[in-house]
Amino acid sequence: MGKLISGAEIVFKVLEHHKVEHIFGYPGGAVLPIYDELKNHKTIKHILARHEQGAGHAAEGYARSSGKPGVLLVTSGPGATNAVTALTDAYMDSVPLVCISGQVPTHLIGTDAFQECDTTGITRPCTKHNWLVKDVNDLAKVMDLAFEVATTGRPGPVLVDIPKDIQFKKTNFVLKSSNKKKLNGKSKPNGKISSSDLDKVINLMKKSSKPIFYTGGGVINSGPEASKSLRELVSITGFPITSTLQGLGAYPGDDPLFLGMLGMHGTYEANNSMYSCDLMINIGARFDDRITGKVDEFSPKSKKIHVDIDPSSIGKNIKVDLAVVSDVGSFLKALNKRIKEKHKDFLNSNKQNISKWWKDIDKWRQKKSLSFKNSKEVIKPQYAVQRLYELSKNKDTFITTEVGQHQMWAAQHYKFNKPNRWMTSGGLGTMGYGLPAAVGVQIAHPDKLVVDIAGEASVLMTMQEMSTAVQYKLPIKIFILNNQYMGMVRQWQELLHEKNYSESYTAALPDFVKLAEAYGCVGIQATKPDELDEKINEMINTKEPVIFDCRVDPAENCYPMIPSGKPHNQMLLGPEDEKEEVTDEGKTLV
Amino acid sequence: MPKSKSAYSEPGKLGKSEHHIIVVWVDNEAGVLARVVGLFSGRGYNIESLAVAEVDKKKHISRITIVTSGTPSVVEQIKLQLKKLIPVHKVADFKRNDPNILFKELALFKVVSSKKNREKAQKLCKKYNSFILDKSKNSFVIQVTALRREIDKLIETLSPLGLVSTSRTGAVAMTRGSEIFK
Repeated sequence: MGKLISGAEIVFKVLEHHKVEHIFGYPGGAVLPIYDELKNHKTIKHILARHEQGAGHAAEGYARSSGKPGVLLVTSGPGATNAVTALTDAYMDSVPLVCISGQVPTHLIGTDAFQECDTTGITRPCTKHNWLVKDVNDLAKVMDLAFEVATTGRPGPVLVDIPKDIQFKKTNFVLKSSNKKKLNGKSKPNGKISSSDLDKVINLMKKSSKPIFYTGGGVINSGPEASKSLRELVSITGFPITSTLQGLGAYPGDDPLFLGMLGMHGTYEANNSMYSCDLMINIGARFDDRITGKVDEFSPKSKKIHVDIDPSSIGKNIKVDLAVVSDVGSFLKALNKRIKEKHKDFLNSNKQNISKWWKDIDKWRQKKSLSFKNSKEVIKPQYAVQRLYELSKNKDTFITTEVGQHQMWAAQHYKFNKPNRWMTSGGLGTMGYGLPAAVGVQIAHPDKLVVDIAGEASVLMTMQEMSTAVQYKLPIKIFILNNQYMGMVRQWQELLHEKNYSESYTAALPDFVKLAEAYGCVGIQATKPDELDEKINEMINTKEPVIFDCRVDPAENCYPMIPSGKPHNQMLLGPEDEKEEVTDEGKTLV
Repeated sequence: MPKSKSAYSEPGKLGKSEHHIIVVWVDNEAGVLARVVGLFSGRGYNIESLAVAEVDKKKHISRITIVTSGTPSVVEQIKLQLKKLIPVHKVADFKRNDPNILFKELALFKVVSSKKNREKAQKLCKKYNSFILDKSKNSFVIQVTALRREIDKLIETLSPLGLVSTSRTGAVAMTRGSEIFK
């Protein structure tokens, strides 16, 4: 008989088995035995957040920038409920998280004990799966399964709820190689991609004269190899490509075949191409409602191919003509191989087939839908993002964002060339995501430049995590486009609610420079366009965390946009469009 | 054109709703029914009736039978979403009017009335495999197995005959013939 070890120690044994190096968390009564055990496991570093939501988003930033699962450790009751936003965010954006929560001792469960809540009940709809461990002999197996579920198939968050007495209890530690059958066959997507499916895809590609690739976060989640294969596929076909918010970086943002982001605030050329195409190849995206606009009029003339690892994503919002359930990386690799081996004729003929299509696209491109009227007096937020991009593009920069106008401007004007460099809350749209996410990214990439492009309203929701950044000497840069409004709320109120700016203005904002100093980091403020470059350079060159208060035009709106209930071909290009119905002229832009 | 006041799109055209029987085989573990039912309520699917019990004591597998209604794409989503749940082994789906599928509900009726009315009530129940489970001077408890609409009808006709209490199960289903669902 081996040495008996405690439940708390088993937790760390499994973390070590999965080569976990960092956990993000916050202690409390019901997890103290696990925190007590921390000192005995030198390869695992705990990052103390200032709020469990912050710990959760940090774990998300860590996971999305590194490709490894993020691990989160919280106490029972409020610890677990505070983590719910982060878990839901991770569920919506398919981020692998393993959340370990403490629970009151088993004999007190159900008695409304101090800091008790029904954690598995509360988190059931926002995790892929969760477990309440009531027997210490199950703990190793459950912890191991948790990693398996979080990281395989479509990734997502899981939660293991461990009562305090189970953390103390001792047992033999046995970690069998995980029992795949226990997942009822869900961990791996079903086997090989059939060559007949590949041929069907290729035949549709051959017949098409107006094709488009529509790619999403699935390409990023599939790993860097998937991005490489995607680049190869686009280069051998010459087809135009657009990306969802989450897919940015899978394909180089400055490449001429890239049409920019699509969707509600996507480019004119991307959305019109989606509307007019005759073949849409969706790779790892999910026809989200911010993408499709009005479903009945979504891309009416196209055949649609959908490749996704999650069978329930297929046909959920949009009917497709050909569905392939697969990891997108394996699919892309197999497709490239098949084209090169069996369909050489296609490679020679297709560029001619689509030359007229490219002419249409170029016409749309000439609208320059991302342009804006710049100013010498006041900093335009788009200009600020453009300057940030120009001054940081030569570094391997990681960008996180909060949620709102600044997020869309960042997506439009910051060009990503590599996967895993862009961390934003897309599905749930969680204000307050970016700052703690930047903490997690910087933990995973200590020597890289990590910038949170933020709005002043969002960032105040999780501002306390600056304290975390200072504690661990994480030189994150919080680049606040400060317009004193919840900008996206204000924009909708202007466009749809007769300029009734109900509660969207924040009076009594803090002085961000002084706030930075209070946290023990560096505050920088820019108010004029001509000082922006110098100040941004100062920020980049500062070795400490920085809060950058970039005072921008409070009235600026985010364009282009698809107004609600409209199809892709009825975009508003700017404020002039708003006054009248959409015209073909668009606006003259600087 | 009037402007929409929503940041979301207007609802599109709806398909025709039809009744389906969904059978789900699950690991009989804590919370599994909550996962299945929570999926339905969370995604706005409909549950008309529900029947669940362990069917394999050794492997601890429960069989859940859910009668639901929805458009074909909603029913398809229900199946795909169910299959994603970790404790779910397999999911079968039958249209309610599928001739190859048997399904039954069980009901218990308590009738308190005169001898004459009780005899009438017993007669009405007769063609639904009825059994008298309990008898007293002025009452009986009778068990029937029938289709949902037959039981609905029975309740209506038994009411004036002294029906005082009704208890009924959700439907359970099975395919005809020698085949089983894999």
